[in-house]
Amino acid sequence: MALGVVALLILVALVAPWIAPYDPDAPDAEAALQAPGWRHWLGTDLYGRDQLSRIIHASRVDLLVALSATAIALSAGIVFGSLSGYRGGWTDQLVMRAVDTVQAFPSFILAMGITAALGNSTANVVVAIAITHVPIYTRLIRGEMLRLREMEYAEAARTVGNRERRVVFYHLLPNCFPPVIVQATLAMGFAILTVAALSFIGLGIQPPASEWGAMTAEGSGYIVSGEWWIFLFPGLAIMVTVLAFNLVGDALRDILDPRMRGV
Amino acid sequence: MLGWYVAKRILLAIPTLFGVTVITFALTYLLPGNPALVKAGPLATPEHIREMERQMGLDQPVVVQYGRYVTGVLRGDLGESSMTGRPVLQDLMQRVPATLELTLASLVVAVLAGVPLGVIAAVRRDGIVDHVSRLLGVAGVAMPTFWTGLLALYVFFYALGVAPPPLGRLDNSVTPPMTITGMYAFDALLTGHWRALGSALHQLVLPALTLGFSVMAPLMRMVRATMLEVLESDYIKAAWAAGLPRRTVIYGDALRNCLIPVITILGVIFGFLMAGNVVVEVVFAWPGIGNYAVTSLMSKDSGPIQSFVLFVAVVYVLVNLAVDVVYGLVDPRIRLH
Repeated sequence: MALGVVALLILVALVAPWIAPYDPDAPDAEAALQAPGWRHWLGTDLYGRDQLSRIIHASRVDLLVALSATAIALSAGIVFGSLSGYRGGWTDQLVMRAVDTVQAFPSFILAMGITAALGNSTANVVVAIAITHVPIYTRLIRGEMLRLREMEYAEAARTVGNRERRVVFYHLLPNCFPPVIVQATLAMGFAILTVAALSFIGLGIQPPASEWGAMTAEGSGYIVSGEWWIFLFPGLAIMVTVLAFNLVGDALRDILDPRMRGV
Repeated sequence: MLGWYVAKRILLAIPTLFGVTVITFALTYLLPGNPALVKAGPLATPEHIREMERQMGLDQPVVVQYGRYVTGVLRGDLGESSMTGRPVLQDLMQRVPATLELTLASLVVAVLAGVPLGVIAAVRRDGIVDHVSRLLGVAGVAMPTFWTGLLALYVFFYALGVAPPPLGRLDNSVTPPMTITGMYAFDALLTGHWRALGSALHQLVLPALTLGFSVMAPLMRMVRATMLEVLESDYIKAAWAAGLPRRTVIYGDALRNCLIPVITILGVIFGFLMAGNVVVEVVFAWPGIGNYAVTSLMSKDSGPIQSFVLFVAVVYVLVNLAVDVVYGLVDPRIRLH
């Protein structure tokens, strides 16, 4: 069920321009601040822009940012984690101290600092989130590597004369993947929450681009006058998306790591 | 043994703090726009800017600049805010009590709701409470905190009219209590200023519920998981076998032992609380340090933001240190590792 939701979300993001009923950026003065109805299913904002179309388009931004950040963090984590876990010694010390330092910050606060320093752009948000997520994968892969490198098949791979790089990336790494996939799925949800919160406070993705957190921020001004649909639906989109990724992550963990079932 | 453990933990925190300053220095250094340019103002001549750079030490090698930065930080110099025109440390200190008040209140909410729910969920496994709490947990993790706050505002302020408008810590007509801790609710209680106490608590309820709800889930899961483990253990079986009353076994023996691992998660929860603070303070116009950082951001003043990041990170490291020490105190096994 959750997997279906994730698939649907990705599909919606892919075909956004074809399924959105209106142009997400087109103002329509006649239709400003309309409550949800037949013409505009989720209502319109101050400029008369169709909320549903904006939410559909925003899914591209939110999913793409979260996905790219996760991909970058995962790649960096694979390199650092494998090196650190397989080599040990001072490489391990160096990598782990760096990881400790990054984790000395609450991750959202560090992401705030990085985005503020690099400047507001979508790419910078990706970088900020990727940096705060690297330690998660590095630690995980290091732990797996430490365990796997002592296994007999690793010993065998070394004995027959494989080079280190081949042993690590060809023989050991694929066996690290089950917990990594689970973690990456769960981290996607967290990344989406971070993107949304950053734009909510005005960092990163800038209006008029549609983004769920920024749209919620725009809607927050209308609570005192009762226009609830402007803040409600973008937030709901965030929640459904994060929920779907979390549930898929939990389900994957049950399948890939039965020891954790029911915890 | 204990002294040695504490000393070791403190020593381990020093390289971490060093790393933290390296990162915040890098962030300050990477800032878009030359700090000298910002300080000199839009009408400055190139000579003036170079003079500014020389005065601020920006023409020195990076290592020298880092040295200056750290000595400055150690002396409490976090730079000046162009928004308030005052030292950033002074600005932060003035706002810390507001943030602390909100953080503590949220922690109380999270513990008062999360611990009992976790216990009941474990004791009556697969019962109604277990299912409801699981649902709450899943929702609590997935709902963006700012959105939860806006929902709460819409329902309790706009629709029901029971909550005050989101305009800070006290109603406008109420004079603040005398400053002792800076936390209005505490100060009002200490000085017997009941009107201020009522107003402070009234203002605090929604933000604290919002933030508390967002961190309740991990606490609840942890309590449930350890409680399940504890209930399976031999000494609890022995307690049952000895015919002790249910209440004594669950709330006396089991809960006490299950709270020890829960201490460890407090560090993580504190990190979530600091992040949540930022958005909740923005939603409720709560005049704390998170709100300060975001307002600086709007006036394109990124100096205070990096100081805020540094400040939060240092506090976070210290909180985690305290958690480790307390954990070592209550669980002697940890010290031996």
